[in-house]
Amino acid sequence: MFNFSKNITAWIFLSPSLLIHFIVVAIPSVLSLGLCLTDWNGFGKINYIGFENFYELFDDRVFKKAVLHNVIWTVIFLTIPIILSLTTAYLLTGIRRGQLIYRLIFFFPYMLASIISCQIWKYIFHPIHGVGNWLSQYGIDFLEKSPFALKETSLYAVAFVDGWHFWGFLVVVYITGMYQVDHTYYESAELEGATKFQKFWYITLPMIRPIFVFSLMIIIIWSIPTFDYIYILTQGGPAYSSAVLATHLYSQAFDRFNVGYSSAIGTLMFIYVLIIVSIFGILQKMGWNI
Amino acid sequence: MNFSFRSRDQIPNYIVLTIFTAFSILPIILLFLNSIKPQEEFGVNPLGFPSTIRWENYLDAWILGEYYNIFLNTLKLVIGTLILCLFSAGLAGFSLARLKPKGSNLFLIYLLVGVSIPAQMYILPLFLMWKQMNLMNTHIGLIIIYAGLNMPFATFLIRSYMVDLPEDLFDSAKMDGANTFQTFLLIAVPLSWPVFLTTALVVGLAVWNEFLFALTFIQDQSSKPISTILFAFQSRFENDWGLVSASAVMMVAPIAILFMFFQKRFIAGLTSGATKG
Repeated sequence: MFNFSKNITAWIFLSPSLLIHFIVVAIPSVLSLGLCLTDWNGFGKINYIGFENFYELFDDRVFKKAVLHNVIWTVIFLTIPIILSLTTAYLLTGIRRGQLIYRLIFFFPYMLASIISCQIWKYIFHPIHGVGNWLSQYGIDFLEKSPFALKETSLYAVAFVDGWHFWGFLVVVYITGMYQVDHTYYESAELEGATKFQKFWYITLPMIRPIFVFSLMIIIIWSIPTFDYIYILTQGGPAYSSAVLATHLYSQAFDRFNVGYSSAIGTLMFIYVLIIVSIFGILQKMGWNI
Repeated sequence: MNFSFRSRDQIPNYIVLTIFTAFSILPIILLFLNSIKPQEEFGVNPLGFPSTIRWENYLDAWILGEYYNIFLNTLKLVIGTLILCLFSAGLAGFSLARLKPKGSNLFLIYLLVGVSIPAQMYILPLFLMWKQMNLMNTHIGLIIIYAGLNMPFATFLIRSYMVDLPEDLFDSAKMDGANTFQTFLLIAVPLSWPVFLTTALVVGLAVWNEFLFALTFIQDQSSKPISTILFAFQSRFENDWGLVSASAVMMVAPIAILFMFFQKRFIAGLTSGATKG
């Protein structure tokens, strides 16, 4: 009897957060799962159309572009920021003075709002006011046009800005792991005459594997709903050259009110994330010690 | 780590690290310099120090952008979210850490699935729900959303702290006849103030910077928070860099000041998911 009432109190304590999260996330997500099988436009009758939206998606030129861009985005973030921040974190562990101040400077851009980072780089890449004009005085003219406005470079330019904001976060994450590595490993490696790179490759990297694998997972998961930077800087343009799933969904949802269609895109994004999380979960169960 | 720390070996490290920090910090310094530059100078001197310092950019931006109202909006959202989110996440974290009811594992799994659902999955149905409930363009509507979005993170963080509190404090409170809510409010919360502070900083930062939901759920110009106002401001005063930069600095300044005082908490809170696994 006592236990029963204790359980009730405990669940009463859980109920406010459960209720809020239910209303904001769970209920609309379930609605979305249902609506992706309809042709609803937000006002009229709701007709069940089966998997029609999904068939349509596979013929949608912009959707295919968006998927490709999300893949490129993921690959970019899985390589450049990781290499850069692993190097930086490792170099940081090798100095004695000033570690903290370096770490704070690296981390600070991560605290900036997307709108701020975008504005900073919009100025720097501005063809008249930014570096482009200044560089062209010296005959370097590859920034004469804003890279956000060119079809060939828009996606990469936006990824660059997001990467600038993000990489310092990784530095701090990796360095937290590196501090936990036992000193004696390095000392004995030094006695053996190991180089800096060998110490990094054979000691540091294996020792921080759990954090490293976790960083891979969050990058893969975070690369799918990426929205702010693209919407603010290019709105997916020019000519869909920087469109991603999130911006495509957003314009389908809020410019055209294709409720069913955009729910279908959202559902696919969710399924993808679920698969990624399960893969990492299974790897962990298999003793990967993530 | 290279534990010999011979100073000669460290020089290359310092050189590379300094180049990397320049990459991180120079763009932010440039933003500040631009905010005190007179408009005429942008054409001739886009990247250097301003030759005359013009603090009036801030005053102009403050008046033209009606920032008093906008900061009030943003502050309302931050404070409202903190109250709602910390209160309910505190209760939930306490329950999960100390009361451990049957099925609490299910709740944790629910929260884990909850954080991995991309916002795009539910933003449109949520928009339609909010329209039905007349919560569009209201601050309370957005506060509820922010509280829900940050709930899993806040609950996990508070729970992980309260798990480590010593059991005997709770036992003696029970002996004195305190009920569960009293032990929560009078013992668990005061003892856990550090985690509440960390959570408040991280959630407050998230709300201050949030863009997607603010863009979607507040379309009424006079109720918009700073992030979406800046978005509108950028196209309204497109080439008035002094004004736009001054506005941006005003948005960053409170964050920068808080970061100076609470760097360790910000860093620990923001990286807690990654470093604790």
